[in-house]
Amino acid sequence: MRKVPLFELKDVTKSFGGLTVADKLSLHVDEGEIVSLIGPNGAGKTTVFNLVTGIYRPDSGEIRFEGRNVVGLPPHKITQLGIARTFQTLRLFLNMTVKENVMAAAYGHTHSTVFEAIFRLPRARREEREIAHLAEEKLAFFGTRLVGYRMNQQAYNLSYANRRRLEIARAMATNPKLLLLDEPAAGMNPAETHELTELIGRLRSEADYTVLVIEHDMHVVEGISDRVVALDHGVKLCEGSFGEVCTNPLVIEAYLGLQGAA
Amino acid sequence: MEAGEDRPRVGVDEWVASHDDRLAERTGFAGLARKIDDRVPAWARLTLFAAVAATLPLWMGRGDLFAYGIFTLIYILLGLGLNVIVGNAGLLDLGYVALFGFGAYFYALLSSEHYGIHWPSAISIPVVVVSTALLGLVLGIPSRRLLGDYLAIVTLFFGQAFVVFVNAANPTVAGHGLTGGPNGIADIDPNDIFGYDLSSRTQQYYFILVVVLLVLIGLHFLSESRTGRAWRALREDPLAAEAMSMPVNRLKLMAFAFGAGIAGLAGCIFAAVLTAVTSGNFALPILITIYAVVILGGIGSLTGVVIGAIVINVSFQFLAPENPQQNARILFYAVIVLLLVLAVRPWWRLGIVLGGVAVLGVAAHAIAAAISPSWTSGAVVEGGRLAGVTSDWVIIPAGHERFANAAYIALVVLVLTLTRVHGWWRTALVIPTVYLSAIVWETSFVEQPAVARWILFGALLVFLMTVRPQGLLGTPRVEIV
Repeated sequence: MRKVPLFELKDVTKSFGGLTVADKLSLHVDEGEIVSLIGPNGAGKTTVFNLVTGIYRPDSGEIRFEGRNVVGLPPHKITQLGIARTFQTLRLFLNMTVKENVMAAAYGHTHSTVFEAIFRLPRARREEREIAHLAEEKLAFFGTRLVGYRMNQQAYNLSYANRRRLEIARAMATNPKLLLLDEPAAGMNPAETHELTELIGRLRSEADYTVLVIEHDMHVVEGISDRVVALDHGVKLCEGSFGEVCTNPLVIEAYLGLQGAA
Repeated sequence: MEAGEDRPRVGVDEWVASHDDRLAERTGFAGLARKIDDRVPAWARLTLFAAVAATLPLWMGRGDLFAYGIFTLIYILLGLGLNVIVGNAGLLDLGYVALFGFGAYFYALLSSEHYGIHWPSAISIPVVVVSTALLGLVLGIPSRRLLGDYLAIVTLFFGQAFVVFVNAANPTVAGHGLTGGPNGIADIDPNDIFGYDLSSRTQQYYFILVVVLLVLIGLHFLSESRTGRAWRALREDPLAAEAMSMPVNRLKLMAFAFGAGIAGLAGCIFAAVLTAVTSGNFALPILITIYAVVILGGIGSLTGVVIGAIVINVSFQFLAPENPQQNARILFYAVIVLLLVLAVRPWWRLGIVLGGVAVLGVAAHAIAAAISPSWTSGAVVEGGRLAGVTSDWVIIPAGHERFANAAYIALVVLVLTLTRVHGWWRTALVIPTVYLSAIVWETSFVEQPAVARWILFGALLVFLMTVRPQGLLGTPRVEIV
């Protein structure tokens, strides 16, 4: 008998009108694993993230996190339970400082009320100190990239790669157990991509996160994954080690068409 | 141009870090103001404001204290409340003035001869503030589903419905009309501090000043708390905020309720100071003025709201019909100079423009006088210190009826040309434009004070918002990069 996975999708189906974007999809992530989700454009990878984080509600099926069904919970509750995500399209709070971006994400696990904040009561003061410390700690995880003067700059001043890093830092500030990274290497140059590959490894080894990552860059996928899951048209094609998945005829067909498989 | 030895190389971290400083250098006076705003800590600004504001009753007449002091403070309070909703949480609420009205009317009902109820302020103000906050909560419910323009329309309807209700519905409760219809409610009690009535203007002024300072301090702390940050996050990107563990719907309602509470507080003070309320006090023009306060100062900035309220209310009262005509003239020239200071940079170019205008005026006046005395012998409308200067500098003809119209058309043409040219041509062209606008002012507008005042007020707003779309102290916001 296998132990209960940290996170599990069971027969999840979602369609928009006639278009089925997830079809009886099942997958699981065990604690401490790094799992990659791959598939051609439009395969439904980001949809999986939207379903998991509560932005979409599945038509049927269960999404379990630590054994608890999270279907129907609002997104902020799901994040508070310990699932945090980044966005493929980058959705930073652009007109706030880098540090504020991270501090804002601590909302879910802080408790001081408006009243306490206005009167600067002890709990509000203590939490403010803790949040500031937390933000600096999370930003320091990225070496010198986001600390120093950058911390007090507006987020729109950041370079593209730094924005991707800030998205990860912001997700980390919600104190998650499971991190969902949506194409973290998109738009990065080879050196930055290499750095990111190491960073994702450190997310597990140093920060103890379980990671589910969507990625198109096969070097990254090869470098980080314990397990790879391939999707196409909302259906799981196969899963297994990187070697198994990338030689699977179904996967090759999905990426290259029938001729490739023939 | 050669890069100095001490300057960091373009593109390196230190260069990027000092970007804002260079920006401030380039943008002249406006950049300088922003830099000061950034460097001076919040408590120092607050102390300065409190100190200056506290001296007002010492040198102002009672009437002026009412018009300039008390009303500015009430506008600050209203601006602060709206700033929470629009500036922090980014919700376009056009029903805000109704909340202000509700607060004022509710206070009037609880403390006046209308029903013979005379609750002390210590009870009536908290009751009104909490009720207004609850009403704000109700008004905020559509914001769960409506965004942007749609929310604006629904809340605008609420604002209009309030005015109609107060004015026309006037339901009969306990014998007579609840809101007094078009007559409103009169004989409202002044605010009191545990039984001590604040009857003189000075006492009222200091009471409101203390309230404003407390609200400012509270809002400053709130904006640096998890709630304040969450509001800003939701203004930036509601979906990302929700995904980052912030309950967006609850935060929106909180913003609405909180802003409404401050509006209710302002209502209590307004009703008590005026001792009477009518529906006209809470109509659309007031809403627009409150928005002007928040937008002019720079959305989202507490210092901005304070400065916006001072600028708006002071210029508003300054131009009030009962004030002498020369006020409008002073304001006109002040606005011209202010616009030049804001728009023309660097400093030496500003000097050239101002000097050029002065020289051009003297020369043109001398030439006109040499041609025929009738060109410069027109009467200057109403006295004042500036009038003497004006009569020796601006061409004001006696007779020559067509001249004023021609000057007006020429001014329009010049302004249009000005928008099409750049660099030195523009600097050169600004000089005759400014001089011509002075001529147009002295020959046409100054004779129609009521119209001129509103044109001036509108022009001030339009120009300021064009030059600094983000307001005086606002941060320029970036939407897509």
